[in-house]
Amino acid sequence: MKTEEVPQDKGNLSNKNMKELVYATDEKGNYTTALSTGWEPKTIALSNSIEEISERIAIAKLQVENNEVSPICYYMELCRMDIGVLSSYVGMWQWRVKRHFKPKVFAGLSESVLKKYAETFNITIAELKQIKTS
Amino acid sequence: METNFTHHQSAHCENGVASNLLKHNGLNISEPMVFGIGSGLFFVYIPFLKVNYAPAISYRPMPGLIFNKLAKRLGLKIKRQKFSSETNAIKALDENLKNNIPSGLQVGVYNLTYFPDEYRFHFNAHNLVVYGKTETDYLISDPVMENVTTLTHAELNKVRFAKGAFAPRGQMYYPIQIPVNIDLKGAIIKGIKNTCRDMLAPMPIIGVRGIRYVAKLIKKWPVKEGIKKANHYLAQIVRMQEEIGTGGGGFRFIYAAFLQEASVILDNKELQVLSLEMTAIGDMWRDFAVEASRVYKNRSTKVDVYNTLSDELLAIADKEEVFFKKLRLAIK
Repeated sequence: MKTEEVPQDKGNLSNKNMKELVYATDEKGNYTTALSTGWEPKTIALSNSIEEISERIAIAKLQVENNEVSPICYYMELCRMDIGVLSSYVGMWQWRVKRHFKPKVFAGLSESVLKKYAETFNITIAELKQIKTS
Repeated sequence: METNFTHHQSAHCENGVASNLLKHNGLNISEPMVFGIGSGLFFVYIPFLKVNYAPAISYRPMPGLIFNKLAKRLGLKIKRQKFSSETNAIKALDENLKNNIPSGLQVGVYNLTYFPDEYRFHFNAHNLVVYGKTETDYLISDPVMENVTTLTHAELNKVRFAKGAFAPRGQMYYPIQIPVNIDLKGAIIKGIKNTCRDMLAPMPIIGVRGIRYVAKLIKKWPVKEGIKKANHYLAQIVRMQEEIGTGGGGFRFIYAAFLQEASVILDNKELQVLSLEMTAIGDMWRDFAVEASRVYKNRSTKVDVYNTLSDELLAIADKEEVFFKKLRLAIK
């Protein structure tokens, strides 16, 4: 890539006035560095992932409202976690976390277990029990 | 307290931290040099490790490996510490800052508040340098940022003890000994040999063969997984390649810059020629990203576009195979 080809597209970084450094060749073919504001293919890839996550959050929310899963599942998606990440944050086996996805099991959880989840999601226990349905 | 640390922006976090820390300790070494000697160029496909619900593809070796290999090859001593207790981790870092030692940290990205929200995923192999502390904040030199930044004490603690794959466990590292005479030439040759060995490895999921394997999978995804998943996987390839610091195309340019520098140091004209060739391969990776992003943006349903993409990736693999064979010969 030549320095004049370094993409200056509008990206997620440029919104925050950030630029990233890239290596490119100057007119003599020697390597130098240049700053880029963003590149469209990257922005598209990133927004694809964000969309994917938003979809999963919406599905989880619906499932909580229909009493199919517990709010833990919703907050896990909201915090962009998967079961592996969540289980290591709360320090419980994955099968246990999965079990807590069941509304019935969730209803019987002790304060100390709920506290672990609430702290992980950075919310209060009350918020954990009742997700906002606005 | 604050150390007299100079921040230089870099393209990749681990190279950047290594280069910045060594520069601070009097060893002037560029980011591409760190990357080349530390054998940072890599490819591995790990189907059973899922990142954001898609199979993991990494264009770099395990976190920490680049700096470790660099240190070994240059004869530097790096002190690395992990902590089980958060209090001890804080104490050790503060002690370092008191003694005027800027320290490298491995951290999780999710709670890095200075990143745009879209960049915050549970990815634990990011690196930065802490070079000072105030009442409320730590002074941070994050090599991918243009300027230095800060994190509050609580925020830094959170990112140091992020959980999940590659959990950093408060990991802290800094050079403790740099020899007066270093064998740069020998180190460069070792680094190149290692990269050639990795990229030409006789294993189906590593190096050139790994790229080929993924290329063949791209053909199967729309049929086997459905268009939606196939597109998600494709986006993941591009995101890993271009976005989250594991670099595909960009890494090729850093490697080409390394070969250019190495060509001068080793007085080897062939490496300059190969540097140009690597630049061309980097451009191919970028073309691939452009094409792939078009496919999943338009949610194209034609199976044909997947075949075209797959062929493009196969062509890259072929080029790289020839390239690394030539590179191996060039330093013999």
